[in-house]
Formats: sequence, C-alpha cells, structure tokens
Amino acid sequence: MVKTEAKPDTSTGNKTKTGADLLVESLINENVTTIFGYPGGAVLPIYDALYRAKGSFDHILNRHEQGAIHAAEGYARVSGKPGVVIATSGPGATNLVTGIADAMMDSLPLVIFTGQVARGVIGTDAFQESDVMGITTPITKHNYQVQDVRDLPRTVKEAFHIASTGRPGPVVVDIPKDISANPVEGTFDTDFHLPGYQPTTKPNPLQLKKLAEALAKAKKPVVLAGAGVLMGKASEELRSLVEHYQLPVTTTLLGLGSFPGNHKLSLGMAGMHGTYAANTAIYECDLLINIGARFDDRLTGNLEKFAPDATVAHIDIDPAEIGKNVTTHIPIVADSKVALTMLGDHIKEAPQHKEWLNRLYDNKIQYPLWYNTPDEEMVPQWLIEEVYNVTGGNAIITTDVGQHQMWAAQYYAFDQPNRWVTSGGLGTMGFGFPAALGAQLAKPNDTVVAVVGDGGFQMTLQELSILQERQLPVKVLIVNNGALGMVRQWQESFYEQRYSESLLDVQPDFVKLAEAYGIKGMKIEKQTDLVNALPDLFEYDGPVVVDCRVLQQENVYPMIAPGKGINEMIGVKR
Amino acid sequence: MKRIITATVNNRSGVLNRITGLLQKRHFNIESISVGRTEVEGISKMTFVVDVEDNQKLEQVTKQLNKQIEVLKVSDITDKAIVARELALIKVMSSGQLRSEIQGIIEPFRASVIDVSKDSLSIQVTGKPDKIEALIDLLRPYGIKELARTGVTAFQRGQQPQQSELTSFSLLN
Ligand SMILES: Cc1ncc(C[n+]2csc(CCOP(=O)(O)OP(=O)(O)O)c2C)c(N)n1
Ligand SMILES: [Mg+2]
Repeated sequence: MVKTEAKPDTSTGNKTKTGADLLVESLINENVTTIFGYPGGAVLPIYDALYRAKGSFDHILNRHEQGAIHAAEGYARVSGKPGVVIATSGPGATNLVTGIADAMMDSLPLVIFTGQVARGVIGTDAFQESDVMGITTPITKHNYQVQDVRDLPRTVKEAFHIASTGRPGPVVVDIPKDISANPVEGTFDTDFHLPGYQPTTKPNPLQLKKLAEALAKAKKPVVLAGAGVLMGKASEELRSLVEHYQLPVTTTLLGLGSFPGNHKLSLGMAGMHGTYAANTAIYECDLLINIGARFDDRLTGNLEKFAPDATVAHIDIDPAEIGKNVTTHIPIVADSKVALTMLGDHIKEAPQHKEWLNRLYDNKIQYPLWYNTPDEEMVPQWLIEEVYNVTGGNAIITTDVGQHQMWAAQYYAFDQPNRWVTSGGLGTMGFGFPAALGAQLAKPNDTVVAVVGDGGFQMTLQELSILQERQLPVKVLIVNNGALGMVRQWQESFYEQRYSESLLDVQPDFVKLAEAYGIKGMKIEKQTDLVNALPDLFEYDGPVVVDCRVLQQENVYPMIAPGKGINEMIGVKR
Repeated sequence: MKRIITATVNNRSGVLNRITGLLQKRHFNIESISVGRTEVEGISKMTFVVDVEDNQKLEQVTKQLNKQIEVLKVSDITDKAIVARELALIKVMSSGQLRSEIQGIIEPFRASVIDVSKDSLSIQVTGKPDKIEALIDLLRPYGIKELARTGVTAFQRGQQPQQSELTSFSLLN
C-alpha cells in the first residue's frame, strides 16, 4: 500500500476552517499575544492560519529554533505567562530540545507546538519525521500528539493549564500536518478533567504548626528562598514574615530577587559561589526553612556537610522535591504564597536569636565578596557593579553561563522580583542573549541587559537580527575575557593550568558584527572609558552591543570546590 | 528491598514510555512490570516490582510516578493483604521416559503441560513469584530451553486486616 500525505485543501480560500484555525482560536482564547517560532513544511497550515489571523499575535521570527525557545523562556520568566513556541517537524523540533530541557530544569511555563508529518505516514521515516514524543517525554512536564482534530482545542487548553499551574514546566503539543491542514466544521468541547493532576496548594496545618513550634525553639534559624517564592509571587509575604520575626534570608541562584539583596536580613546567595555569610549560616543553623528551592547540588555541595545540625523544613509545591536530596523533618506541600500567609497565623512565639543575627551580620562585614581593582584595566566584577550603579538596580539582567553569570549573580544586588533571568539547572550556554529579547518583548519599557560571555554569545548571536528588526533596546554586554572562562578557571584550579581548548585566541570583531546587523557596536577596554560610556549607553533608546575587554585571569570566588562541604569555602577574604 | 507498587493510569499513547523512561532515568531498579486494562474503560493498571535501597528511594519512586499527569493513583501494596500472581511458560527438554517424572514434579505446583513435542514439553504455571522460582529450580536439571514470565500483577484483598502498624507513607505531607 502506498501511503500519501493528505493534501491540504487550499482551494476554498478562507471559507473553510481548518485544524490550524482551531489552533489559532485556541491561542486567542488563552490570551496569547506573542509567539516565538520558525516555519517549515509540517507547520505550513499553521502559518497560513496565522497569516489569516494577522494582527492577533506578534510573531517573532527568531533565526534559529533554539533562539526562539530561549526567547520564550526569557519572556515567561519576567512576565509569569507561558512562553509560546512553534517549530516544524524533524529538525525544527530537535533544535528545540536544549530549550525544552532547560525550561524543565528551571520550571518555566512553555507551550510548544511542533509540526509532525501527516498521521498516515507517521512511523515510516517520512521526510522530516522525528519521534518528538519519544524525544521530549523525559524533558517535558507533559506532552501530547494530537490524533483527532476534535481533541485539539481541549488539548491546547490542557497544555496551558498544565504548563502554568502547580510546578510550572514545558508542555509539547505535536500536531500532525493533516490535522492542521484538513477542514473542520463545528465547535468542540474544551472542558477538561485531569484527575491525575491536582496540585496541592494548601499546606497541611499540622505541619505548619510543627514549623511554628520549631521556629519558637530555634536559636539559629535561617530561611533559604528559591525560585518557588518567585513563581508563587510570594516575595511580599516572605518579606513581611522575615521582617516580623527578624529571620535571616539567603537565596539560591534562581531565587535571587525573591528577597531584596540589599536588605539588612539578606545574607546574599548561597551555594558554590555564594557568600561566606550565607554558607556559614546554612552550615551552622539549627533550623533551615527552605521555601521553593530544590536542594540542587550546586547549592548543597557535599550533602553530609549540608546543614548537619538543622531541623529542615521544606515548603514546595512539588512533593517529589521534598526529601529527594536532603532529609526533611517538616515537609510542607503547598504554594509558597499560601504557605507563607498561613504560617504567620500559626506562629505564636517568636524565636530568640539576637546572638545569631549579630554573628551573621558580623560575617557579612568581615567576609564580604571581594576582588582586586587594577589601575586601568577592567575586571568583570567591577563592571557588574558599575552596571548596577548606572541602572539603579532596576534593570532586568539576563545572563549566559559561565564566570560572567556568577559575577552578575554576586554583584548585581537584585532588589526586586522577576528581574533576573539565567539558566540555572541545565547551565545552557547560548541562553542569555535570546532570553534578553524575550524579556524585552515582555517588558518593553524596562531596561534589559544581556550579560554574556564571549564564548556563549557566539552560540546564538544570530538573534541580533531580531534586535535590528524590532529595534529592541536590549543592551548586550559581552564580558570578553578571551576565554571559556569558567572552563579555564577549573583547568587552572584542578588541572594544573592545562588550558585545553578553553582559550579563544581568535574572535570576531564584535563591533563590526553588530554593525553588520545594523546595530550600534562599541568596544571598551579601560575603566574610565566604561564610566564615561555607560550613562549614554543606557540613555540610548536602541540596541547596543558592547565588547567589554576584561582581565582574563580573574576567577570566581569564593568557591566550594567539587565534593567539598558548604563550610569549606576557598577564596574567602581574610 | 523488594516492593510491589501498583499504578492506575489513563490508557493513552505514550504513557508506558513516559513511565518506563522516568524509572530508567532515575536509576530505579525494576524487576518486572505488567500492564493491562482494568474494569474501567480507558484505565489501565501497572504493577511494578522494584528493588530499592531504602525508604527514601522508595518514596522517590512513588512520588515521581504520582507526578505524571496520566497517573491517577500509586500504591505501595507490599505490606497490605494482597493477591499477587505471575504466569510463566517453561519449555524443558524431555524425551519420552522423562515425561512422567516431570509430570510428577509439576503436579504439586498445579502447573499444566500445554504443549508436547518430540523432545520438549511446555509447562504453564501461575502463582506467586517464589513458587514460580521454586518450580524453575526443580526443572532446571532437565534443561530449560525457553522461559517467559509475565511479571507480577497484584491487587489488594477484599478485606484488609485491622492493623495499624502497616508501613505506609502519605504522598502529601
Ligand atoms: C551548551 C554548553 N556547552 C558547554 C558548556 C560548558 N561550559 C560552561 S561555562 C563555559 C565557558 C563559557 O565561556 P564564556 O561564554 O566566554 O563565559 P565566561 O565563563 O568566560 O564568562 C563552558 C564551555 C555549557 N555550559 N553549555
Ligand atoms: Mg569568556
């Protein structure tokens, strides 16, 4: 039997509705306004329907599917709304894989539509067929392949619901070409019932009571705030609780901004490149209250030395995170906002921990983050501080992955929620720049700075086209150390300075590159030049690429070396 | 320790792949999986026998399974009053004179001969895994040519003894 692809019925003009039109209607119903995508054979019917619905959406034609999905992640992170991505079958879909895995690790709500070959030829290794369901199953919160066009509207509704509720995550909807191409009639039921998906949002009062009792007894309490505080929009609740009881707060990398970095009670970030004050607090505490962090290994270091004397309370919307890595005494499955609000009502007695607080404050002063400043040349830490000063701490900062990412986390004190966009769990180079344009599209009036490395920027710089096309005023700061700096640092520290394939001796002229895309480009080599340039640069209402030449030998400190405990930091200022 | 875990799931395409994939990715040791439809249309039941190091790992298995959208319910029924059965098909070498000897061996197991050929005998046995294990051991000296097992399927007995010390842990809190 010869199987043929169903021929789309294009003869009827716009009189007949197709599956793709149903999809477009569903997207409108979900209040989607921005779509990141790239067309191709299997999504031609969808793009045709988008053409018919012109004006309903802003479709961003990224220049690579990976650019599209990272942009959608940036969009989702700062707006709190699901990022929407469309890609074609086969290579279009496989180009999304890194971004899907990234969003899964960092719990970002994405709804991703992939084209698929027509149902009749699925399984025959048809042109541009790939097993999208098989490939994306382990890296999605959920995925669907639409088998019947009547299921499409309900599936889209379910996908948005699943992506954006509970612990958010990416959902893939794979749509065979004949489903989107063929005409449909009538309206379809969109009511859904998901008995296997009922996220618990309200905490168990007994556990809250236990936590309140533990708090009353605690002499050395500390709060660890993770991205769950941001996802639950619970920053206000966190702040009023910890201010009321004077609880010190440290955050994870992804939790930056959930609590003001400049607040007196803030100990800064904890973990591999966290502050001495934060890591020491975790090591010595007798009560650790984790709110929405997943005890990732870059946070905990050697588990045996992580909060060894503490009663551990963990508030998380995902029950599977509780007790996964760290033994937990007070498990609380709940939405962070609900839990924090209710916790206040349960606390009858405040902890007495003045001594502890003083000790932590003392650590903050005695062992701050530090770096050496040369006379003229720029060091990256200083560069970030300058950006903080000029932007008044109000910018949205996106980063790529590497040393510059850690410096941005350390030196840009995030005082507000949802202004920090970084790839935490997967550590995806190439993330930072496209994420910035997604963030800028979500917040057109905000200052968005992409802090990227000279290495990672080159992984997705084709998206400069979008800055040009949309005149998005993103400021791209290349922290150019002429190296894959983080790799170089590890080779220096742990491989006796054998710099194997980590030095970037040959690089493009980033200024000319920017200009080739019709974007303003600048190269800055000296401190004074940066100080002079920065104010104008942030005044300028357009995209800029700045090649900031920084000293190569700078390393990220302090640090917990691999396998070491949170109490064994190196590079702490003495 | 070996545990028997059951999961009721929506019978949708991709469910099996999602579940086996997650068990594999998290390095959970699976001894057997059996799947089949239930009395409710569109709902299937999976029975896993897992070998886990400790309670913490066990809790992770059940939580990770439970997290899947198409999974409706997960139960560790190891310590409950249950009926658990497995089916095995065993083909042993046997020429004429050994046949009656083998018959004598399998009879107490209430196994039956379901196929006979010139030099082999196929036996079907159902029961708990240890019973099947025992029969296989007894038949091994005769030379097992082929062996196929379904894996355990199980559910709880209609009546559970009134005992409070059943080790169970809740998935929520
Ligand atoms: C896609 C990808 N490939 C490789 C790595 C490993 N890696 C982590 S940091 C890093 C160096 C990044 O160099 P650069 O972008 O210049 O940033 P820097 O560390 O110099 O600030 C590399 C190669 C990664 N995280 N992601
Ligand atoms: Mg670099």
